[in-house]
Amino acid sequence: MGPRRVAEIFAPGARVKVRAMMPPGHVRTPAYLRGHIGAVERVLGPFPNPEELAYGRDSAPLQLYRVRFRLGDLWDGAEAPEDTLDAEIYAHWLEPA
Amino acid sequence: MPHDHHDHLSPSGHPYRADQDGPLSYWQAMEIAVRELLVEKGVTTPAAIHAQIEAMDARSPANGAALVARAWTDPDFKARVLADASAASKEMGFDIGPLKLIAVENTENVHNVIVCTLCSCYPRNLLGLPPDWYKSREYRSRTVREPRRVLAEFGLDLPNGVTVRVHDSTADMRYVVIPRQPEGTEALSEAELAALVTRDSMIGVGVTRQP
Repeated sequence: MGPRRVAEIFAPGARVKVRAMMPPGHVRTPAYLRGHIGAVERVLGPFPNPEELAYGRDSAPLQLYRVRFRLGDLWDGAEAPEDTLDAEIYAHWLEPA
Repeated sequence: MPHDHHDHLSPSGHPYRADQDGPLSYWQAMEIAVRELLVEKGVTTPAAIHAQIEAMDARSPANGAALVARAWTDPDFKARVLADASAASKEMGFDIGPLKLIAVENTENVHNVIVCTLCSCYPRNLLGLPPDWYKSREYRSRTVREPRRVLAEFGLDLPNGVTVRVHDSTADMRYVVIPRQPEGTEALSEAELAALVTRDSMIGVGVTRQP
């Protein structure tokens, strides 16, 4: 894999979409969130990319975000659509929504 | 062989469990090989490994309970916990190692619950080892999809006015829930309050004990 583009810094509240990629390897973005839109809950700061770290490769730090999704946006027939799911997503998995 | 009947029961009335005599898995063999190499090369010693295992086993939810009780009784401390739970834990003297901790607070209107869908991330330095169910595929897959049903199975029925916030511990953070303080406990000491804080209330699948 070549160098990745590091996404712009999203501010808290920014609407973001999780890229619907399916790369192999040690990926920390759950499949159930890919392709879905949420809002940045807080910016956690730069962390090494686990997709590189897991294979002993040097990793430029990436911005890590906590992104909040509505359960109603994630699941058809959600029990309570306004309940939420927060997850930590690295910058290269996010694009503006 | 003394126990050669398949339906033989132990004195406690339960079936004998089969011995785990199968071959080592790939990763079990890898762990032994790496450990023995580290010892042979003088990087570590069996005593140091054993001491580390004992230290890990000795961690318990008591540290988390003390943190919660302090947050209940000291509003300034609670503000610091919610801003940076790692720093607040260190302030209490807990050695949390590299743990990056986020505390989420339950209120009248919000109930938080923690899960790690990808593996079993858990604030071990503060709560000890995770319970087996926390690592089960069922808990991990259902909590993000039908949290209210899962919580009901734990005995927690949440009114519709309460928003459930599920936290999937997908990367570098670990999470602890600050449960609601039981009503009528304002006069209790910090130590008495800590005794009301259960492990499950800090994962978010339970509430605190009543005094």
